[in-house]
Amino acid sequence: MIEVRNLTKRYGELTAIQEVSFTVGRGEILGFLGPNGAGKTTTMRILTGYMPATGGTVTVDGFDVFESSFEVRKRIGYLPESPPLYLDMTVDGYLRFVARIKGVAKADLDGATDRAVETCGLAEVRHRLTGHLSKGFRQRVGLAQALIHDPPVLVLDEPTIGLDPRQIIEIRKLIRRLSGNRTVILSTHILPEVSQICEKVVILAAGRVALEGRMDDLMKQGVSLEDVFLKAISKDEHAGEEAAGEAEASSEGAAP
Amino acid sequence: MKNALTIAAREIRSYFVSPVAYVVLTGFLLLAGWFFFNLLARFSYLLQIYSGMQQRGGPDLERLNLNEFVISPLLHNLSVVLVILIPVITMRCFAEEKRLGTFELLLTSPLRVGEIVAGKFLGGLAFLTVMLAGTAVYPALLVVYGDPEPGIMLSGYLGLYLVAASFLSIGLLTSSLTENQIIAAVSCLVTLLLLYVINWPADTAAPTLGAVLHYLSVTEHFAEFVKGVIDTRAIVFFFSLIAAALFLTHRSVESLRWR
Repeated sequence: MIEVRNLTKRYGELTAIQEVSFTVGRGEILGFLGPNGAGKTTTMRILTGYMPATGGTVTVDGFDVFESSFEVRKRIGYLPESPPLYLDMTVDGYLRFVARIKGVAKADLDGATDRAVETCGLAEVRHRLTGHLSKGFRQRVGLAQALIHDPPVLVLDEPTIGLDPRQIIEIRKLIRRLSGNRTVILSTHILPEVSQICEKVVILAAGRVALEGRMDDLMKQGVSLEDVFLKAISKDEHAGEEAAGEAEASSEGAAP
Repeated sequence: MKNALTIAAREIRSYFVSPVAYVVLTGFLLLAGWFFFNLLARFSYLLQIYSGMQQRGGPDLERLNLNEFVISPLLHNLSVVLVILIPVITMRCFAEEKRLGTFELLLTSPLRVGEIVAGKFLGGLAFLTVMLAGTAVYPALLVVYGDPEPGIMLSGYLGLYLVAASFLSIGLLTSSLTENQIIAAVSCLVTLLLLYVINWPADTAAPTLGAVLHYLSVTEHFAEFVKGVIDTRAIVFFFSLIAAALFLTHRSVESLRWR
């Protein structure tokens, strides 16, 4: 469903991600793991067509993100790191607006809005301003917004960040319920979240893929995600140190 | 087009639920009323003096007319107020979306950048229409109680509307360049003021440069409208100004993707 190949993104001098490749099958939930600043958000922004990559390709449902960005954007529901809410609109008004710009047919506007409200448990706050909602509800409105046009692919950037434990459990349940036959990419740095809901995991460290694997394979090997994660990250740190060492050595060598 | 209207509708809603719109509207109408009252008071004062002088063979009373002494200065004053108020209206247009993160929503939706820009422009235009329509009560009073030339008045209002629309497009441009609303407002204000006074050195500059500066002056084109002259040249000027500013806005929004 989603194929990411050799994706590289540079911001000027800074390389955010380098040669990132992975695939997600139809209906799978992919946990996208990594410490802060590993390049998770950058990858997701490229995937959703928000910004282009410096190199590499992404295809979603057979459509290239750069060449047929329009088709890709129709098929993706995206929840950015902070839910993109217009704080002066009611939940209902906001969801209807999003439904319209996502191309939901006019006849189905009410239906789509009702479905999203119901799925995300927003009935009680439906007529309140999004600006007056608690963080948990805002996050749910963000999810509802991503779902409203019933997209086959959901991209969720840290959907549980900043929520209290009860809310986290609710959102996780919701994501599991939503997945069904949808493909979900979920970024997080909370490990138990991945072991609880994901079928596949990709660990990103310092802009590179440190590990790509299926959860049940990891289980079979009897290693905990935590060990795998720490190992993947520390390996990268070593690599970083080595690279720095080499750079020093070569600069010494270059000095006359 | 449908998407542009959806965005415009959201934009209009958002104008009218924010206190900024009401402060701007109230301020604009208050100032317009003050200008109108004073211009009218001066007019009737002049009328008295002139008619007193008339008996002793003074200046011609015909020279005193409502268009020239009330409407024309009123419209000119309002255009100056627009220079100050339009940056306040447009500053949030793009800057706020970027700050809230809703810009990410717009850019990852199946929308064309052109539709986003057109929607913002139409929304702003609707607000300006309400704003200018509010001041129409003063010319209407003159029509009821006096006999101004309605044609000249309408042409003046058309000019004011075109001025407002071009200011709006420039405001959208400056707002698209930053996420800071104050920077957006200040750079818009400075640009508008510059456009307003760009012809000051025109008469002493080299002839070609002078002609260019005269042509670029919003004030001069606007003054033609106020006099009742609807010149194609002026209309072309305003339309190209709007088109250029919106085109640059389009590029600026699109460039966000490429940064």
